[in-house]
Amino acid sequence: MSVTTRKPPAEKSAKDDSQLRQKEMIARHYSRLARAPETGEKNVYTFVPGNLTELLRSFDLLPVLPEINALQSGMRGKSGDYIALAEKLGHSEDVCTYVKCDIGMLKSGNVGPTGERLPKPDLLLLSYTGCFTFMKWFELLKQEYDCPVVMLHVPYQADGRITESMRTYVSTQIRKKLIPALEQVSGRKYDEDRLKECLQRSAQAEEDLVWVLQSAKNRPSPIDAWFGAVYYVGPIFSAFRGTEEAVEYYRALRAEIAERVAQKLGPVTPDGLLTEEKYRLVVEGPPNWTSFREFWRMFAEEGAVVVASTYTKVGGTYDFGFRHDADRPIETMAEYCMGCYTNLDLQTRVGILERYVKEYAADGLLVNSVKSCNSFSAGQLAMLREVESRTGRPAGFIESDLVDPRYFSAANIKNRLESFLQMIAQKRGGPA
Amino acid sequence: MKENLPALVARAAELCRDWRLPSVRAWKQRTGGLAIGYLPVYVPREVFHAQGALAVGLTGAGDDLEIIKGDAFYQSYICHLPRSTIELGLNGSLDCLDGIVFPATCDVIRNLSGVWRMQFPQKMSRYLDVPQNFEREMGGAFYRHELEDIAREVHERGGKQLEAETLRASIRAYNENRRLVRALFALRRNEPWKLPTAELYVVLRAGLVLPVEEHTQLLRDYRDLALLDAERRPMDQARVVLTGSFCEQPPLGLIKTLERAGCYIVDDDFVPVLRWLKGDVSEQGDPLANLVAAFLEDAIDSPVRYCGDGTKGQDLVRRVEESKAEGVLFCAPSFCDPALLDQPMAQAALDGRGIPWTSFKYAENTGQFQVIREQAGTFADSIKLWSEA
Amino acid sequence: MKYCVGIDLGSTTTKAVVVDEAARVLGRGITNSRSSYDAACQVAVTEALHDARFAQIAGELAHMGVEADRRAAWVRDIERGFREQQYRTQLLTLREELRGAVALREHDAALEQALATIQERMGAESKALFAADANRKSDFFRDLAGSRYLEHAEKLARKKGSGLSFDTLVGLFDKAILEVEARSTEAGAFAEHALHAARELPERSRELERAIEAAAAIPMEEASSVGTGYGRARLPFPKERIRSEILCHGLGAHLMFPRTRTVLDIGGQDTKAIQVDESGIVTSFQMNDRCAAGCGRYLGYIADEMNLGLHELGPMACNSKRAVRINSTCTVFAGAELRERLSLGEQREDILAGLHRAIILRAMSLLSRSGGVKDEFTFTGGVARNPAAVGALKDLVRENYGELTINISSESIYTGALGAALFAWREWNRKEVAA
Repeated sequence: MSVTTRKPPAEKSAKDDSQLRQKEMIARHYSRLARAPETGEKNVYTFVPGNLTELLRSFDLLPVLPEINALQSGMRGKSGDYIALAEKLGHSEDVCTYVKCDIGMLKSGNVGPTGERLPKPDLLLLSYTGCFTFMKWFELLKQEYDCPVVMLHVPYQADGRITESMRTYVSTQIRKKLIPALEQVSGRKYDEDRLKECLQRSAQAEEDLVWVLQSAKNRPSPIDAWFGAVYYVGPIFSAFRGTEEAVEYYRALRAEIAERVAQKLGPVTPDGLLTEEKYRLVVEGPPNWTSFREFWRMFAEEGAVVVASTYTKVGGTYDFGFRHDADRPIETMAEYCMGCYTNLDLQTRVGILERYVKEYAADGLLVNSVKSCNSFSAGQLAMLREVESRTGRPAGFIESDLVDPRYFSAANIKNRLESFLQMIAQKRGGPA
Repeated sequence: MKENLPALVARAAELCRDWRLPSVRAWKQRTGGLAIGYLPVYVPREVFHAQGALAVGLTGAGDDLEIIKGDAFYQSYICHLPRSTIELGLNGSLDCLDGIVFPATCDVIRNLSGVWRMQFPQKMSRYLDVPQNFEREMGGAFYRHELEDIAREVHERGGKQLEAETLRASIRAYNENRRLVRALFALRRNEPWKLPTAELYVVLRAGLVLPVEEHTQLLRDYRDLALLDAERRPMDQARVVLTGSFCEQPPLGLIKTLERAGCYIVDDDFVPVLRWLKGDVSEQGDPLANLVAAFLEDAIDSPVRYCGDGTKGQDLVRRVEESKAEGVLFCAPSFCDPALLDQPMAQAALDGRGIPWTSFKYAENTGQFQVIREQAGTFADSIKLWSEA
Repeated sequence: MKYCVGIDLGSTTTKAVVVDEAARVLGRGITNSRSSYDAACQVAVTEALHDARFAQIAGELAHMGVEADRRAAWVRDIERGFREQQYRTQLLTLREELRGAVALREHDAALEQALATIQERMGAESKALFAADANRKSDFFRDLAGSRYLEHAEKLARKKGSGLSFDTLVGLFDKAILEVEARSTEAGAFAEHALHAARELPERSRELERAIEAAAAIPMEEASSVGTGYGRARLPFPKERIRSEILCHGLGAHLMFPRTRTVLDIGGQDTKAIQVDESGIVTSFQMNDRCAAGCGRYLGYIADEMNLGLHELGPMACNSKRAVRINSTCTVFAGAELRERLSLGEQREDILAGLHRAIILRAMSLLSRSGGVKDEFTFTGGVARNPAAVGALKDLVRENYGELTINISSESIYTGALGAALFAWREWNRKEVAA
C-alpha cells in the first residue's frame, strides 16, 4: 500500500496564496454586507445560476446569494439545526435542503456563515434559471421581507440551443422589468458604459478560470476539478464577477496553477499533496457540503482525482467558448443565464460529460446524486447509461445530499466509491 | 336507451384506469388523426384540437401496474409519476401516441422530457416552456411563439395547419366543456352528497382521454343523472377543500377513503388542465392571442405558477370561503416540490384566518389508507365538534 | 500445506473460504458477526479450517480404502461430536465470564445459585442437543446457548418466591456472551475434540482415529488472505488486503457458475445487482440506496410483525394461491400495511406472497438499473435461500427477460468469501511467480 498523500512542505504557500486570497475576498464581502445597514449600501438577494452580478455592481448594489450561505452553513456544521428548525416550522422533509437551511438561518437571526448578521434584502432578484425551487424559495422569502421582487424568467434550453424568441424574452425582461427595479432600489440611473466595463472584466476572469479548469488535462492533473475547483469558482459564482478583485484573483490563480503544471505537481487535498494520480474521474452533480473534507479524503486516499466536473458550471458554462461580450451587454447577460449548466437539456449534458471523459482522458464517470436537487438528479441514471455506452468507460453512482447531514452515509458512499475504483482497476487489468 | 348513473360512472372509471389507452387507439383508427400526449399540469388543448389531433392527458399508471424498468430510471427520492410514465413507454402502452408534450411544471417533468427523448428519439417529444412573466409583451410574446412552434411541429408530423377559424371553433368547444366543469363544481359545492368526489373525479378525469365533444356530453349526462338521483341525502360530514393533488393523482381508493372517513370534498385540485383557464376564452378576434391572454391573465392560482406579490395562500382562503368549507386537506404526492414547497405559505394563510387543516402524502400507487383514514376521520370529527361548540 | 483465505464480514454473519495452492476450495466456515470484527473473522477462518480438516479426514479414509458410505457416516458423526465438544468448551468459558460478571455485583446468594443451576442444566442437556436427530435452529454458540439459557432462566425466575429477576439474568448473559465471543476463538484443539468424538462413537474404530491423527498432522500455513464485506470500512485487515464486496461477489459467482453474466445478491443490509464479463470482472453494478426496502432486513420486520421465524416466511408464502398486490415496500409502513390487509380478511400466505414479490420487484429495478438480466443469472445472499423469493424472482425474470438459466447454489452465502479467497490466491500466486 503506497501512501498517496503527504503533508505539503514547499507547496504550502503556493496553495495558500489563492485560497487565502479567496477566503479574504469572501470574508470582506460578508463583513461589508454586515455593515450595510450603517453604510447605507443596498443589497440584492439572487441565485448563483443566472446571477447578474455585473448589472448589480454597475448600480453599486451588493449581491447576496442564499445558496452560498446555505453551503457555507453546511460546511460549518450549522445546517443540520437550521434544517430541523425549518421542518419544525412545517417544511416537508422531502424538499430541497438549501431552502430549509436558509429558512432556518433566517429564523435563527439571519446570522451568516462568518458569524455576522446579514442585511435584509432591498430587492429579491428571482433569476429563475434551471431550478424550479428558486421560484418557491423567493416566494417564501417574500412572505418574510417587505421588499420588491423581480422575476427574471430564463427559459430552458430544451433543444440544446437558444432561439431568438428565448433571447428576446430574457433581454426584454432585463430591460423593462429588472433595470427599472434596480434604478428604483439604488436611486441611480442605468449606466451602460459602467456595465460594459464590468462585463469586460468578467470576460477576462472567465478566460483565466477556463485555463485553470482545463489544466486538468495534464498528467498529473495539478488541480482537483470538483472538490478543489469549488474554491476556484467561488469568486466568479458569487459576488465578484465583473470586479477588479476577481480579475486579479484569477490571474494569480492561473499563475499558481501554471507553476504546478511546470513542476508536475498533483492537487493539494485535505491531507496534503496528492503524489500519485491513480484514477482520473469526471463527476456529475454537486458535492456534499456537510462532510466535504471527509468526502474529499475518500477520493484522495485512493489516489482518485476529479479532472472535470459539471458542478463547476452551474454558475456559468465557459469552457465551450462563451464569454461575456461587452458589445452586447443585455443580450450577453441573457445568453449567460440560459447557458448555466442546470438550464441545459439532458442530451446536451450527456454530450458535455462525454466530451469531458474523452478530452480529459478520464477513467470513468461518477455521478453524485443529491437528494435535494431534482434539477440535477432527475434523469441522472439515464444520463449515466448513455455516457457509459458512448465512451465505453465505466460509470459509478453514489448518493448524498447538499447540506442535510442525515443524508451522508459515509460507509455507504465509501463502499460504492471503492467498488467503483476497484472495478476500474480490474478492467484495466491491474491488481484489483 | 340512456345509460344509468352507475354505468356511466363505471365507464368513466374504466377510461381512467386503463393505461393502455384503448379509447385513444379506437379514436385513431376511426379518425386517422394524431394523438398527442401531455403531462400535467396544463397545455392549451385547443391548439391540438384545431389541428385535428387528440390531446391525451397522461397521469401515470395509477396503482394497477408493477413498476420495474421505470424504477430503474429514478432515485427513491423522486415522485412516482415519471417512473410509471417511463414504464408505460417501455411496455408499449403509449405507442398509440404520436408525440408527447412536457409542460414546464417542475424540474422532474422538465428532465423527464430529456429522458424521454433519449429513450424514444424517433417520437415527437416537446418541452413546453410556459412563461412565469405574465405581461403580454414579454411572457405573452414568448408563450405565443412556443405555441406556434408546437403547432408547426404537430403540422410537420401530419397534423393540420393551425388556422384561425378552426382554432376559434376549438376554443368554443373547450369553452363549453369548461362551463360544464364549472357548473359541476358549483353543484358539488352546494350539494356534495349528490356529486360525490370519487364519482365526479373519474367523470372529469375521463376528459384526459376523450375527445372534448364526447367529454362534454359525458359531463352533461352525469349532471342530469346525478341530480335526478333522489336517493342521495345529505349526511353529517365535514366540508373540506382538498389541495396539492394537481399533478400525480392519488389512487381512487384514497378519495373514497376520505369521503368514507366523513369528509365532503367541496373543492379540489385534481386534473387542473380542465379548469386552468378560469373563464371563457374570448371567441372573437385573434384566437391564439386570446389563448395566450387567458393563460396570462385568467389562470387559476397554482403552486407551479409564480406569485410575486406576497399573497400566497390568499386564493386558497378564498376557495375555502366560497365553498363554505370548514377545513383543508393538504394531500400532496410524496416528493412533489411544487406542492410541498407551497404548503407552509398556504398553511400560514389558513392559520391567519383560523381555518383548520391537516396534511398527508401519497403516491399514485399507495396501497394502504389506514393511516390516512384515521387522520381524515379525526380531522372531520374535530371540525364537527368544533362547529357544534 | 499452504492455503489462501477469503473472509466476508457481513452484517449478520461472517463467512470464510479457504482454498489450496491450486485454488481448489478446501473448506468453508461461518459464524455470527459480533461486536469484535477480529474475533468474528478468526472464528470464521477457524471454522473453515475445521471444515477443511474434515475433508482431509475423509481423504485419509479414502486412502485407507474405507468405502464411501462408511466414510460419510463417520465424518458426519465425528463432526457432530466435535460440535458438541466445542459447545461444552465454550460453556466453560461462559461460566467463567458469568462468574466474573456476577462478581462485579453486590453479593446475591440466590442469583449465584440460579446461575449455577442454569449452567448445570445446560451442561446436562448438551448431549441431547447434538444428538443425531436433534433439530438445532442455529449452530452459532450465541444462538444455541442463548436460547437454552433464556429458557432455563425464565423457568427459574417464574417460580413463586424465587426472588429472581429475569431481566437481571438476561443482562448477565448479554454481558458475558460478548466476552465469550471476543475471547479465544479456538475452542480446544481440533485433534483433541475430533478424537474425543471418535472415541464416543458406539463402535470405536482404530482406522478412523488414525485418519484423524494423520489429517490433523498436515501442517496448514496461511499464504495470503483477503477480506471483504459490509463492514468494510472497519475490516480488521490492512488496506491492501481488502477488496470491494462487489468485486468479490462478481468473482465468486463466476467461480461457482462460470457462465454467469448477471448477479443479484440480496443480503440483510443491502441488495446488489452486478454485471460481470466472461472472466468474472465486474463491468457495472448498482446498490440500493439508504432505504432498506427490498433487503433481507425488510423480511425481518415482517417476521417480527407476524411473530414468525424468518425462515418460516418463505415456505408459508409458497402456500399462497392468489398473491395480494402490494406496492409499498417501505419498511416504515410494513407493519401498518400488514395489519390493514389482515383486517380486510386477506390470507396470511397471500399477503406474504405479495410481500415477497414486492421485494423482488425492487431488486428487478436495481437489476434493470445496472444493465438488465443476462444469461446466465446467479442469485446469491441470504434471501436466495427463501423459496418464495426465489419463486417470485423466477417469475419476474421470465416475464421481463424471457427464459434463461438461473443459478442458485446452496453455498451461495459463501459467494463473497469465495471471490475474496480467489483474490487472495491470485495475490499469493503473483508473488510466487515473481519470486
